[in-house]
Amino acid sequence: MAFEPNLIGFLCNWCSYAGADLAGVSRIQYPPNLRVIRVMCSGRVDPAIVLGILAEGADGVMIAGCHIGDCHYIDGNLQAKRKYELARRLVESAGLEPGRLRLEWVSAAEGQRFADLVREFTEQVRKLGPSPLSGDPPDPALLLNVQAARAAAEGFRLRALVGKEEKLVTEGNVYDDQLTQEEWDEVMAEAVESEYTRHRIRLALMENPTSVKKLSDRLGIESQTILECIVAMRQLGWVDIQELRGSSPIYMAVEMPQ
Amino acid sequence: MTMGEPIVPRIGVFVCHCGINIGGIVDVPSVVEYAEKLPGVVYAEDNLYSCSSDGLNKLKEGIKQHNLNRVVVASCTPRTHESLFQDACEEAGLNKYLFEMANIRDQCSWVHMHEPEAATEKAKGLVRMAVAKARLLEPQEEPEIDINPTSLVIGGGISGLTSALSLSEQGFKVHLVEKQPELGGMLLQLEKLFPSDRDSMELLRPRIDSARSNPNIELHTTSKVKSVKGFIGNFDVEIESQEGDVKKLNVGTIIVATGAENLEPVGLYGYGEDERVITQLQLEKMFKDGSLEGVRTVVMIQCVGSRNEERPYCSRVCCNEAVKNALLLLKESGTRREVYILYRDLQTYGTHYSSMEWDAKKQGVKLIKYQAERPPEVISERDAVIVNVYSPLLDEEMSLRSDLVVLSTPLIPTEDAKELSQLLKVPLNSDGFFMEAHVKLRPIDFATDGIYLCGTAHSPKDVSESISQALGVASRAAIPMARGRLRTAAITAEVDESKCSGCGTCIELCPYNAITKDEREIARITSAVCKGCGVCGASCPERAITMHHFTDEQLGAEGLAALGRVDD
Repeated sequence: MAFEPNLIGFLCNWCSYAGADLAGVSRIQYPPNLRVIRVMCSGRVDPAIVLGILAEGADGVMIAGCHIGDCHYIDGNLQAKRKYELARRLVESAGLEPGRLRLEWVSAAEGQRFADLVREFTEQVRKLGPSPLSGDPPDPALLLNVQAARAAAEGFRLRALVGKEEKLVTEGNVYDDQLTQEEWDEVMAEAVESEYTRHRIRLALMENPTSVKKLSDRLGIESQTILECIVAMRQLGWVDIQELRGSSPIYMAVEMPQ
Repeated sequence: MTMGEPIVPRIGVFVCHCGINIGGIVDVPSVVEYAEKLPGVVYAEDNLYSCSSDGLNKLKEGIKQHNLNRVVVASCTPRTHESLFQDACEEAGLNKYLFEMANIRDQCSWVHMHEPEAATEKAKGLVRMAVAKARLLEPQEEPEIDINPTSLVIGGGISGLTSALSLSEQGFKVHLVEKQPELGGMLLQLEKLFPSDRDSMELLRPRIDSARSNPNIELHTTSKVKSVKGFIGNFDVEIESQEGDVKKLNVGTIIVATGAENLEPVGLYGYGEDERVITQLQLEKMFKDGSLEGVRTVVMIQCVGSRNEERPYCSRVCCNEAVKNALLLLKESGTRREVYILYRDLQTYGTHYSSMEWDAKKQGVKLIKYQAERPPEVISERDAVIVNVYSPLLDEEMSLRSDLVVLSTPLIPTEDAKELSQLLKVPLNSDGFFMEAHVKLRPIDFATDGIYLCGTAHSPKDVSESISQALGVASRAAIPMARGRLRTAAITAEVDESKCSGCGTCIELCPYNAITKDEREIARITSAVCKGCGVCGASCPERAITMHHFTDEQLGAEGLAALGRVDD
């Protein structure tokens, strides 16, 4: 049997969901693979939720909002774009195909466009094949990665950065320092990489306490990088030394308050 | 939010056939059977039409009989029917926020008409998702807001004037904004109005006079709307005059009556090159000026610049306008004139206009059909304009020597429609006209509460249709203003004080300034001002904000259910 992708669509109530309704009113046919979750604004779509659904084995996630300038909530779609960018970076870091994630603008008048997009996205994901996380059991290494990406999206640092991004890039900070988008992207890339790595280490240590060397082997990260992360994570109270085995410490994850 | 005992969900699922709209494609009984087995569901049934009074009664009875504390209706779209079902829930004593819809028509049966099995599977999936969300729904209290009983009417043409006068008669204050120095709009350019051949000024003059003298109406001519902030009941509007003076207004409702423009058919049929090729609007002016002397033969061409790829719509008024003007041309002068109307499909719809067409035929107006793929040809000569046209009915090429060629061009959206749509955050359709919330159920409302739409800003229409809509919107806008207070949706965000670190991210991102810091430096959301976009919740670094009715848990549960997971 041909592979039928399981796709999730987050549609904003005012434009994209209305566009999807219009496709129906106009009887425009499209593939039945997309399941729509209605949200009031595309800016509501938290990257942590997107990564959570990908971790659960969705083959693809589409976020759709009003065209730029047409947002019912003035500029929520600009936030949607910033958040989508974070989700995309994390998906890439985790080693999942970026083609499983898509952001589109669909107006209330664009029934045909909505149908075309669903058709396109369905084909796009069909070509990628089933998500490695949809198997039973899912690919364990990849699952740890995507869960680490999700945890990174739930963490303070990346959320705080993305929350400030629009303002810092378009208006500058209180000292009138303005970053270019390129400069900002560099800041983000670095932050994403470090948060993601820390959460991978933390999740691996939650599964079983181990040494830097064994972590390095398991995660494919250089020992030096792991050590640097662990130093920082100890300061944050994320990990601690469980015991000393010979001369090498065995690290364990500390339960984080929710 | 108070944390009481967790309530054991008792969900009722009502699956609608919508006649054959859903039932003709989706196997509704099997969806009902499937729904019954979902965790939390204690009752499921199908209805022929869930939205009929019978269907609504069954929903209410179901709630009482089965002691339901959550309701899911699987039918059409929440954008048009959610409030109807929510009202029924409230009538049966169930808080309306304990209701959820599964869209198995607009987003399922109508778009998978040739795949009944896949459509049925998808419908089950959508019901599973709605049930998963319903299990986590919580009752909400709606905040109440005051409605300023003042309306802003944008556009001083016949539609805007009519709305403004009707609202002022009902006792409301009105700000009427017109970008031109004169009130009257497009009608100022028209001579006689069909179907009664009434002088347009006869209709317009008394309305303009009473708008000018009415103490309830404040006029702002040569002015445009510059900015709009706020929401129903409390819009802060800035209007700017041509001289650059800015006035600040506060209004409770807004009516869009900005009208349309007439297409200048530059480059079509010699328009702009030969001054004997004019538009119907210019012909109206010639009637007014009495400058038609010596014009013996007139050829009108319909659908110029409309019903084509660029502008696929029919402009609705041009056929009637052409027939009316043809009759006026014959009547106007004692001399016998020849008038030809070259048409693609003559659409003189309705009761009045068909008889006009018969009149025209009786009086000798010659109607010649042409084909879109073989349009007439206009050739300028020194003493005449030659129009060559192929008549498919006669299978014959005809050559008409005319003194005047009149092009029937469509009404098109005004130049500034796009800008205004962005200021008001209301949509335009693909033709560029303002788009109503629902073509049948809410034909003169925007989807945004408190903003209404009438006249040719919405689509080409004649004067009587514009006036009907203008009176309609005056009544629609009067409803919240007469009530004075309104409950707003409880889809609002709330801060968990124990988690908030006071970082201020949400305050910067809120587009409505609904979030402030309290004396403890903790974010506080004013629910009556919050519009429920949820950007703050998706951004909060501490994840301290709950977006009620669209919580992380609810969206996550829908996602899991979409993937086929059903957890107890």
